Amino acid sequence: MITELLTEPWPWYIAGPLIGLMLPLLLYIGNRSFGVSSSFRHVCSATLPSKIEYFNYNWRASSWNLWLVAGMIIGGFLGGFVFDNPEPIQLATETRQDLAALGISDFDGMIPNDLFNLTNLLSVKGLIVMILGGFLVGFGARYAGGCTSGHAITGMATFQKASLISTVGFFIGGLIVTYLLLPFILSL
Amino acid sequence: MRYLFAGIFFGFVLIKSEVVSWFRIQEMFRFDSIHMYGVLGSAIAIGALSVWIINRFELKDADGNEMKVKSKDNSLNKRYVLGGLIFGLGWALTGACPGPLYVLSGSGLLIMLVPLVSAIVGAWVYGYLRPKLPH
Repeated sequence: MITELLTEPWPWYIAGPLIGLMLPLLLYIGNRSFGVSSSFRHVCSATLPSKIEYFNYNWRASSWNLWLVAGMIIGGFLGGFVFDNPEPIQLATETRQDLAALGISDFDGMIPNDLFNLTNLLSVKGLIVMILGGFLVGFGARYAGGCTSGHAITGMATFQKASLISTVGFFIGGLIVTYLLLPFILSL
Repeated sequence: MRYLFAGIFFGFVLIKSEVVSWFRIQEMFRFDSIHMYGVLGSAIAIGALSVWIINRFELKDADGNEMKVKSKDNSLNKRYVLGGLIFGLGWALTGACPGPLYVLSGSGLLIMLVPLVSAIVGAWVYGYLRPKLPH
């Protein structure tokens, strides 16, 4: 029973509220504002600050954020490895058909294995999806001063204009890739 | 240490809700399912309700301090428009925002370390270019 609960995917109306509870949880345990992408800045500051003003601050004062992401890695290990759901994701039929038309054939697991693999790191398609995609996530999140957790959840829950603008930006960017760029990129 | 446990909880929920999945992100941007919107919407609702209760009853944190969400700089616009757009492009390409990059790497999909490291490089380049970028 418990194992099933930990193995099976959780519906949105369970998972969403639990994610929302991260806000009061982090506020309660140390008056911290929920957000993930500032961890990138702390990592840069701790490893290669050079003489860049943006990285010259006391990152140790924000080490809570690094503990949080370290926990997330462990959480991923527990949820995706120890209690891994062996079934493929119950994806909408339309999405599946659209992606199949773009050449995605492996629908097992969390990510398309025919796109995300070591061999593809040597292809233009793989470079764009893995290297450029990751780069834009880090660059954009720091430029906007937050990502999905900091802006779309925390900022929207506290009714901040900055987060509304950012979140609309996230979606416009995502729609541009999905409808205009992805068909071309996947054909490379 | 308590943040480590908060992170384990969050990472576990992220993977169980499948919001770390490239497929689910595609499904969201194609408006084919309520799943992602349900997760985000209910997370925002519960977050907003929690913050409202905290303010209404002036609740204190574990150390007895007033609890307050850090405010973004709402006087700026450009950085949110441009940064938001750039982030959105990356989000749809990798199918993962920063949280899921950590979670997926932890789940044994070591290939996701590539976009994770790339994202950290992206953050570094932002820091380097920051004085020249419009904010």
